[in-house]
Amino acid sequence: MLDYNFNFSVIWRNADEFLTGLGLGLGMALISLLIGSVIGLLCAYGRTSRFAPLRALIWLYVEFVRNTPLLLLIFFVYFGLPEFGIFVFDKVESFILTLALYAGAYMTEIFRAGLNSIPKQYVEAAMAIGLTPIKRQTKVVLPVMFRITLPSLSNTLISLFKDTSLAAAIAVPELTFIARQVNTNTFRVIEAWLTASVLYLAAAYTIAIALRRLERRYAAIR
Amino acid sequence: MGEPGTFLYEAWIARYALLKGMAVTAEMSFIVIVIGTFIGLIGGLCLQYAVAPLRWLVRAYVDIMRGIPVLVLILFTFYGLSLFNISIPAFGAGVVALAAFCGAHMSEVVRGAISSIPYAQTEAAKALGLGFWKRFRFVILPQATRRMLPPAINTAVEIVKSTTLLSVIGVVELLLATQQTIARNYLVIQFYLAACVLYLIINFTISQLGALVERRFAYIKY
Repeated sequence: MLDYNFNFSVIWRNADEFLTGLGLGLGMALISLLIGSVIGLLCAYGRTSRFAPLRALIWLYVEFVRNTPLLLLIFFVYFGLPEFGIFVFDKVESFILTLALYAGAYMTEIFRAGLNSIPKQYVEAAMAIGLTPIKRQTKVVLPVMFRITLPSLSNTLISLFKDTSLAAAIAVPELTFIARQVNTNTFRVIEAWLTASVLYLAAAYTIAIALRRLERRYAAIR
Repeated sequence: MGEPGTFLYEAWIARYALLKGMAVTAEMSFIVIVIGTFIGLIGGLCLQYAVAPLRWLVRAYVDIMRGIPVLVLILFTFYGLSLFNISIPAFGAGVVALAAFCGAHMSEVVRGAISSIPYAQTEAAKALGLGFWKRFRFVILPQATRRMLPPAINTAVEIVKSTTLLSVIGVVELLLATQQTIARNYLVIQFYLAACVLYLIINFTISQLGALVERRFAYIKY
């Protein structure tokens, strides 16, 4: 049925490229998560604002990004922004920008849910001991919210890592791109995609296990 | 319809191509979601109730599918199937890859919903003398349906967004149709935005239909 001779030598020959691709994907996911967290936090606070147009704007951003395919956003940023005369991005930066904006929309929802789930008594207690509004947020609300949202954050990181595979569409040399290159150059189809799949799986599950430990360490204070 | 080179004129010229692309996106999403839901129901049942070896097998399928990026899955299927002397067009390869992906996610949704139903419900049904299938059909499933609807709708929206990845293997769905249009008239921003709006329309329709079904099942309280 399967008349195919496996030959993994091309994989070993390109091992460093595969690993560099994997590293690039992880790096892009991490940076996007960091920028996305900042965007998400700002937007989550923005949605609690009394200024209605700001709330509407953030709602529009979140719904627009969450209902549009990521690949379309990638092309939009990569090919569309130069139309506005913005030429400063190379493809990795452009991709990170897109992924960060994409992550930001999801994080807004996560942080909004997190902020909503903080018991009112915490804030009242912080007021009672005379903390200033800023300290109330940084010393009481944010640490608790961080612990509550940690599981969602680690899920987001893993799904962002998987989404970095789309960078191959604009020729960023990450894992999928390398696998595709090896595939077309050598016709070792199964070997190339099997390697990419296993690397993605291994990386995703390593992150997942590490983050589960972190979550147990910082389990939500109830 | 304005001058050549204006958005309205070019959109009118490209109307059939874009609508055809949208139809392919809708058709693909529909087929994939139907097959995926079917796989998900069976998979979810297996994850919850099946004997150990079968359960492990389904668990492995679900975890592997959820750990690999969809793009890798699609490319693997597209290039890999031909090695087994299975010659199917890009559309078919896309259906296979996305249905496998959708099925894994739906399995987890179904398993989560079933396991969230308190065990007392099963005990009560057993006390009434209902067999396994009647217990599932009349007691567990109606309650689980309500809980699996919101995540299932999210998965459906994700699938619609994932169909854009098929443009990479040459399925002329909405994104590729848009890109072909852009290649003719260079109206990059306008047409990508138009595609965004079309995707928003599809996804909002799904969310609204989902909300409708959710209201239909809202009478189930526990």
